[in-house]
Amino acid sequence: MPAAYLMKPTDISDPNYFHKVVDCQWACPAHTPVPDYIRLIAEERYTEAYMLNWDSNVFPGILGRTCDRPCEPACRRVRTEEKPVAICRLKRVAADHKGDISRFMPRVPTKKNGKRICLMGAGPASLAVARDLLPFGYEIDMFDRDPAGGGMMRSQIPAFRLPADVLEEEVDLIVDMGVNAQYGYEITSMKEMLGMDYDAYFVGTGAPRGRDLDLPGRQEVDAHISIGIDWLGSVAFGHTHSISGKVIVMGGGNTAMDCCRTSKRLGAESVTVVVRSAFDVMKASEWEKEDAMSEGIPIVNNRPPKEFVHENGKLKGIVFECVKPVPDERGRLKYVPSGEPDVYMECDHVLMAIGQENHCPWIERDIGLEFDKWDCPVLDEVTFQATHPKVFFGGDSAFGPENIIWASAHAHQAAISIHLFCQGKDLKKDRPPPGVNLISQKMGVHQWSYDAEHDASKRFIVPHANKAKALDNIKIEVELGFDARLGLKEAQRCLNCDVQTVFTENLCIECDACVDICPMDCITFVPNAEEEELRVNLMAPAENVEQDLYVSEDLPSGRVMVKDEDVCLHCGLCAERCPTNAWDMQKSMIHTPQLGSYAQ
Amino acid sequence: MTFVAKPKIHHPLLTVNELGLTRRDYEGSVSTLCAGCGHDSVSAAIVQACASLSLPPHKFAKVSGIGCSSKTPSYFLGNSHGFNAVHGRMPSVATGANLANRELYCVGVSGDGDSASIGIGQFAHIVRRRINMLYIVDNNGTYGLTKGQFSATNDLGSTSKKGVPNLYEPIDLVSMALQIGASFVARSFSGDKRQLVPLIQAALMHKGFAFIDVISPCVAFNNHNGSTKSYDYMRGYSGNLIDADFIAAGEEITADYEPGQLEDVAMPDGSTLRLRKLDEDYDPHDRVLALSHVQRAAENREVVTGLLYVDPDASDCHDILGTPPTPLNALDESVLCPGAAALERVNAALR
Repeated sequence: MPAAYLMKPTDISDPNYFHKVVDCQWACPAHTPVPDYIRLIAEERYTEAYMLNWDSNVFPGILGRTCDRPCEPACRRVRTEEKPVAICRLKRVAADHKGDISRFMPRVPTKKNGKRICLMGAGPASLAVARDLLPFGYEIDMFDRDPAGGGMMRSQIPAFRLPADVLEEEVDLIVDMGVNAQYGYEITSMKEMLGMDYDAYFVGTGAPRGRDLDLPGRQEVDAHISIGIDWLGSVAFGHTHSISGKVIVMGGGNTAMDCCRTSKRLGAESVTVVVRSAFDVMKASEWEKEDAMSEGIPIVNNRPPKEFVHENGKLKGIVFECVKPVPDERGRLKYVPSGEPDVYMECDHVLMAIGQENHCPWIERDIGLEFDKWDCPVLDEVTFQATHPKVFFGGDSAFGPENIIWASAHAHQAAISIHLFCQGKDLKKDRPPPGVNLISQKMGVHQWSYDAEHDASKRFIVPHANKAKALDNIKIEVELGFDARLGLKEAQRCLNCDVQTVFTENLCIECDACVDICPMDCITFVPNAEEEELRVNLMAPAENVEQDLYVSEDLPSGRVMVKDEDVCLHCGLCAERCPTNAWDMQKSMIHTPQLGSYAQ
Repeated sequence: MTFVAKPKIHHPLLTVNELGLTRRDYEGSVSTLCAGCGHDSVSAAIVQACASLSLPPHKFAKVSGIGCSSKTPSYFLGNSHGFNAVHGRMPSVATGANLANRELYCVGVSGDGDSASIGIGQFAHIVRRRINMLYIVDNNGTYGLTKGQFSATNDLGSTSKKGVPNLYEPIDLVSMALQIGASFVARSFSGDKRQLVPLIQAALMHKGFAFIDVISPCVAFNNHNGSTKSYDYMRGYSGNLIDADFIAAGEEITADYEPGQLEDVAMPDGSTLRLRKLDEDYDPHDRVLALSHVQRAAENREVVTGLLYVDPDASDCHDILGTPPTPLNALDESVLCPGAAALERVNAALR
């Protein structure tokens, strides 16, 4: 085979190679070092575990309850045995059990650096930018129209999922570092804000406009229809205390789940969720759907609405069409009429939760700040800088609605950009690169400094509050979280994917010991070939092409070592059985660029 | 030695054989041998061979003597019968096991100390008696358990770890086996499972005495530059004489073989042993030629590997003795003890 087709030896000095092996960290937008904090939990060092999270994702207590968990479907345990480690709930364990964190908090200089930053919106993105910039002596002014900070975390996430004290603690932690917060301040003109002559501006105003549906009868029944996020906001700020009669929630995302569960708690006679699409493709997280259903709320799928039926301005019900999903040639679902007659469902109130948009009517379009055809700001995807050089965006206002964890991730990048910008540096060339450090975990013969043994336990279930009590009071948190004992057990399930199998060619004697001991058949010594061919030539076929093959240089026998990273348990047995230490277990420390570093 | 137990969990795509078992179900307890020991690879090869043949683990009798090699039956086929005999006396136990129950697959694992020194008398006679079994010698040329003295198979001039040369001629168990009646003789290398696994498969299916001498380097005491039984030496000086591929009964025989003289040998269970001669002058059915070839190569300091000799129509001990097809342990009392009249007939025939 011509050498050009053969697989090249893996470059493990590329920080992304081992970062990808830590699937959870790679999948996390903020790249939180998940196995690191899980090990700290296993050592009952909750405060340190919390700070490691706080450093990376800024809101561990909030995210430990509300995160969309991109880490969990990525967890290696999904591939080795189905259920991921309960990463998100372990984050909450760290937050619930932490001690005094004041000694770990970054110091904010009293003498400022002379640069003033304006943050628009007091949601997660702005707060995270403030957190990153304050230790460098920036003066931070933050404006928000709501009477308190937190943004959508306060207005859109009901208290039974996120108790007010948890929210306030983490918001205050940042505000108390020295943010000049101006609540109840409705920004009406960007031009006016730019006139205040700040050194940089950060727009973190979220995606505050809930979508509406223009159907026959919509205008006539306006009084009986609420936009989901607005309604949740008015409940959160105490303007709405009840809802009566039959409620239909339209939409299949997490806002719809929050709307239906809130309605149930505020006295609705009945609540039904109606979704135009199929159950499996609903936007809501799996567990949010489960929680809603377990509270007795039916979810009706494949029913696009046709018409609001009303009598003398009073809403009577909605007519829905019946469709069925049919996959097209590319496997995407298309909906075609199912042939069933239209369905009429009675209702007294409709909560519309069919999506939301970023919306900045207060930004004048003649000030050098460009918007694209979808009315989103034109941004540099790396620096988050708008076409006006002083203005940066982050969170939902940047690229549309996403989860809180994305706001933290955007904020870190925007903060780096603002810092570079204020120092007169180049936002791209002077950006700190990612890095990786590898440290051997060998302590002695048969001793590793991490808990290498595979724990076969199934995922532990998070205890819930008594259902009747929870449904009675919107302030009672439904999930109780793991207690310390369950937290320790769940922490044991982590496979320590950041403790990497590192191979040194010139030490290998090709004795096959690693091949024989590997419980998952990850390692093969085989003649090199092109990737597609190599993937079927291994001890076990490497069918998951998303996962890399770790290929060595040529060995004396002419073969190469190929390790399929897919289902490696990081149990260390290859290194344990290696007579020459050609295999070593080395912990990879992935350095994700971020301003300052507090906990590590 | 490993303290971390091998987890039970296995690759999600691991093949399931005809019995519904995976290769992992053929493993034993985790090895306590030195990390990198060739013997562990031999155990792994036995596991692979048995799993791919879909043989029921409880139909195995594994027997061994004393030594590093003889510890290995603990590390494969955890759900089979086993007997760890006195040093060098595994052949006696294997003979008894095979006579009592001819339906068991009898696998003996021995070492160069166990078979070429203390047990050489037993070894010679079990070959002569053609017990239907697979006899593997994990041959590392050294006494590992007693810290690295030369064993009887160590080559003249090969050195110890500290550079002291061996002063004696080696015993070649392959030549002995060829000379005294083994009907299946092969040599292989623990570091080459592509060769070793099909040889073990074929040997298990062979009727008669099957002997495989496996050069299995001792990483602790005999894997240095002066050794002729090291990983590097075997990779440099061993030559494969005949490629053997085992094709199970009913399995399609594909034609993706490299050129060379092909010969298909029918095995008793309907499977096929496909041989590809790498040396055109070699005939794997000619015992004398095999013997001279092996010895000539040894003179040139080469180690020939592969299937050296096979007699597909060989007889075994049960044929020679004329025992009934039913295993002795399954015969009922009336057959085993036919009574005074039968005894009278036997006695009368001898008068």
